[in-house]
Amino acid sequence: MTKGVVAGIIANLVMVDVDGPVAQNEICFIKLKKVPLMAEVIKVVGEQAYVQVFESTRNLRVGDTVEFAGHMLEATLGPGILSKNYDGLQNDLNKMEGVFLKRGDYTNPLEVDSKWDFKPLANVGDRVQAGSWLGEVQENWIAHKIMVPFKLNGKFTLKTLAGPGNYSLSDTIAVLVDSDGKEHVVTMVQKWPVKLAIRAYTAKPRPFKMMETGIRTIDSLNPIVEGGTGFTPGPFGTGKTVLQHALSKHAEADMIIVAACGERANEVVEIFTEFPELDDPRTGRKLMERTTIIANTSNMPVAAREASVYTAMTIAEYYRSMGLKILLLADSTSRWAQALREMSNRMEELPGPDAYPMDLPAIISNFYSRAGYVFLPNGTTGSITFIGAVSPAGGNLKEPVTESTKKAARCFYALSQQRADSKRYPAVDPIDSYSKYLEYPEFIEYLSENISPDWLENLLFAKNLLVRGKEAYEQINILGDDGVPLEYHLRFWKSEVFDYVILQQDAFDHTDSSTPIERQKYMMKIVIDIVKGQYDFDSFDEVNIYFRRLINVLKQMNYSEYMSDDFKKFKVELDEILQERIVAVTA
Amino acid sequence: METQAFQKTYTKLTQITKATCTLQAADVGYDELALVNGRLAQVVKIIGNNVTLQIFGGTEGVPNNAEVTFLGKAPTLNVSDDLAGRFFNAYGQPIDGGPEVEGLEIEIGGPSVNPVQRMKPSNMIFTGIAGIDLNNSLVSGQKIPFFADPDQPFNQVMAIVALRAKADKIILGGMGLTNDDYLFFKNVFDNAGALDRIISFVNTTDDPPVERLLIPDMALTAAEYFAVEKNETVLVLLTDMTLYADALSIVSNRMDQIPSKDSMPGSLYSDLAKIYEKAVQFPKGGSITIIAVTTLSGGDITHAIPDNTGYITEGQLFLRRDTDIAKVIVDPFRSLSRLKQNVIGKDTRGDHAQVMNAAIKLYAEAANAKTKLENGFDLTDFDERSLNFAKQYSNDLLAIDVNIDGVGMLDQAWKLFATYFTPAEVGIKKELVDKYWPKEN
Ligand SMILES: Nc1ncnc2c1ncn2[C@@H]1O[C@H](COP(=O)(O)OP(=O)(O)O)[C@@H](O)[C@H]1O
Ligand SMILES: [Mg+2]
Repeated sequence: MTKGVVAGIIANLVMVDVDGPVAQNEICFIKLKKVPLMAEVIKVVGEQAYVQVFESTRNLRVGDTVEFAGHMLEATLGPGILSKNYDGLQNDLNKMEGVFLKRGDYTNPLEVDSKWDFKPLANVGDRVQAGSWLGEVQENWIAHKIMVPFKLNGKFTLKTLAGPGNYSLSDTIAVLVDSDGKEHVVTMVQKWPVKLAIRAYTAKPRPFKMMETGIRTIDSLNPIVEGGTGFTPGPFGTGKTVLQHALSKHAEADMIIVAACGERANEVVEIFTEFPELDDPRTGRKLMERTTIIANTSNMPVAAREASVYTAMTIAEYYRSMGLKILLLADSTSRWAQALREMSNRMEELPGPDAYPMDLPAIISNFYSRAGYVFLPNGTTGSITFIGAVSPAGGNLKEPVTESTKKAARCFYALSQQRADSKRYPAVDPIDSYSKYLEYPEFIEYLSENISPDWLENLLFAKNLLVRGKEAYEQINILGDDGVPLEYHLRFWKSEVFDYVILQQDAFDHTDSSTPIERQKYMMKIVIDIVKGQYDFDSFDEVNIYFRRLINVLKQMNYSEYMSDDFKKFKVELDEILQERIVAVTA
Repeated sequence: METQAFQKTYTKLTQITKATCTLQAADVGYDELALVNGRLAQVVKIIGNNVTLQIFGGTEGVPNNAEVTFLGKAPTLNVSDDLAGRFFNAYGQPIDGGPEVEGLEIEIGGPSVNPVQRMKPSNMIFTGIAGIDLNNSLVSGQKIPFFADPDQPFNQVMAIVALRAKADKIILGGMGLTNDDYLFFKNVFDNAGALDRIISFVNTTDDPPVERLLIPDMALTAAEYFAVEKNETVLVLLTDMTLYADALSIVSNRMDQIPSKDSMPGSLYSDLAKIYEKAVQFPKGGSITIIAVTTLSGGDITHAIPDNTGYITEGQLFLRRDTDIAKVIVDPFRSLSRLKQNVIGKDTRGDHAQVMNAAIKLYAEAANAKTKLENGFDLTDFDERSLNFAKQYSNDLLAIDVNIDGVGMLDQAWKLFATYFTPAEVGIKKELVDKYWPKEN
């Protein structure tokens, strides 16, 4: 292996004089006294490699020795990843000793001594390739597939395959023979370089199945699909993290991967503390059992922050290859972009807009393209839905990270400062936000067949209602309450009903925090009927008071358990209020 | 700090800038300290034999034949119980005439807490200021700044909060503090008989700006000692973090780094996060809470310093002068405590969340009514009532001179609701209205 010595140090950028070949993105270990500091090559000039160190470089000296590893940064893939808490380099945080993180404390992502009940799925003599399922073990509630390693190219013949039984991670599960007659031993564990996409699928069609999130402003207005991409830009305090946490709790997915990338440690602690306690209604188990956390918070090393999103994506791709529905969340991808900026500045590269690296748009779109809905070689499907939070500097959506992400992601959930200030949570702007999937005929067909025949129609009606409501509001503000026809007040208040009852959703209320599709349909119908109704009022003041009452009762319904006695009681009260004023329900 | 006999001395600087100098030297560790003609400096860059030092006291008057000695260690602080009651400068040297503190020598700016070793912060800090307790409840282990224009009384409010917080230790990190403000803090703590639980690290406006860069790490190293070793609750006050960030930009600009927004270094987010993320709740009961001040210029929160701060801290407190009542209030719209949901309704009464939200929504109605009024439109009866509500709400609950307990503030809010509105207009869950709506008024 190539060796080197430290020749220069600027914060976590280290220049290393090397004695042999090095590859871009190759991993190396710098010896600081006895402690190995992991680093990654990010530039090579002549005999000198520029490496970004995944640790603090305090006390490092020129002349310290470096050993290169001969491979890129790799994720370790095998049973036992579910429920784990990793750092950005996939070290198991729970295995580290002491209160404080120690440099060079690299821990095993899997449980070396664990044993798994293996069930073969293939037969000796089968022709197999990277990603083929050889067997499965039960990991929590997931049938974890043991696959032909993704690194193996070409076709192989299955020479031996372990029978049903209890095996440890390092036991030989299968032996494969390639076309040259060479044998390859397969265990339950494989490695994959995180910066490369795993392509063990046969096709990547356009995604078309709705992913139910339980978040009304998404499902009922701008739905996302299984295998889709979305992002949530918003100034600080507008609710990006609360929204990500809500998605991780309530979305219909087999597995959730949360990448806490350069944000607050206490937010991860919240997941650590809550998820092992919270029930997952889908499985009857605890939420933590379908969740893996990659925590590289803002105070952890910057270079590892950059790696963290790739580690998370690689784990997602691994589980997708098992035919699972994965939801990957990253909070926030801006911190990852900033990590790139810090290094690029230290290397004195020619800066692009706002001093970000020139190739930022390409890096972002490359990453988003790893999500998607895929057909696996055996005909089954899997998906990675990716939703990233973006933290625009100064709340300005014209900054490079937001602009680049807008080109890469198909759903845009813009969090508005104004809505957050008036506590209209989630603060997703209903007018600026969009879901490009609503343009896919196959998705429209899916909606009408699987969700409800009038889902799309209602959704478009609601969007129009919100725009008209906003226009009416602006007119009222310019001309005064008296200066506009009564109709304007009605129009405004009808859109307020939709806003208060469908869009606003209290993430901290046990009942309101998640709304299953059945309930969304029910409430949507009520609200649309109210909006389509014709009412009899003499003055705008009456409109004002009347609609406040309506909203109040409807909100009480949102806070009550679906179809409970309370819920029904409020429904009766609602109908009574409607009787007072409604003249006709227009179709 | 004295030079030791075995240390090699260099006498040839190859470059001097406003904050840094460069020389040829061997066997130097990154982050290591050095003395340049007696001034403390730290290694910030090593390329081959060329070592660049950042001189904390500035380079004014440093000659190119200055004596440079390396100290073989990063900046340290001696920690022990003797820190309590003492006043230090940015280097951790006593400025109160007392003796050097003996204790374990610890490198400042040490490693981060493993996130899985943290506990979810969940103990409310009661301040008596309802603008904070009602709408922006503080929690031990939280980090939160005041965003304030320089003319606002943030230091006063911070001192009140510190004294009422019942912390075992209060650590003041003063950066670019005016001498008057320094004496203000000293007096307030002295008068409250709290001096023995106070530790101060102060860099005043008289001291060189780059020295400030050491203050937060000094304060937090002391904080970690008491929180980790002694399981104490520690409150760290950092004022003014804007001046800290300005010092960062001086250094990075002198090192020819490409500035990003507002001439701040591209690493500003990470630099600030390293400080603020020291706030923590430990499972054994110790905690570090950080209350900071970030002064704004002209109220602009999109400037890189408040902007990055807001992305890091767990909320922010805005002070604003309310001309209707001629008092400074805690602005309920722009202020936010992100940890409040950890304690609301748990450390306080069950109606807290709904009362808080309802009052703010009504206060927002009043703001709309005010705009209408200013635009010359007629007000509805509801508008009139919300305006009257807002005035009293501001005076009785938002003003910084309020001192009321957790139950009192909720009762007061219900009283105001009942005075001005009907239950339907307030829009609180029915079961709570049944329970708390004042029966006769
Ligand atoms: N859906 C919601 N329901 C209730 N409160 C919310 C909701 N979304 C956000 N909030 C409030 O806004 C605060 C900030 O949200 P957060 O997600 O942390 O913002 P960001 O990540 O954008 O900085 C939260 O602490 C909470 O008080
Ligand atoms: Mg956030």
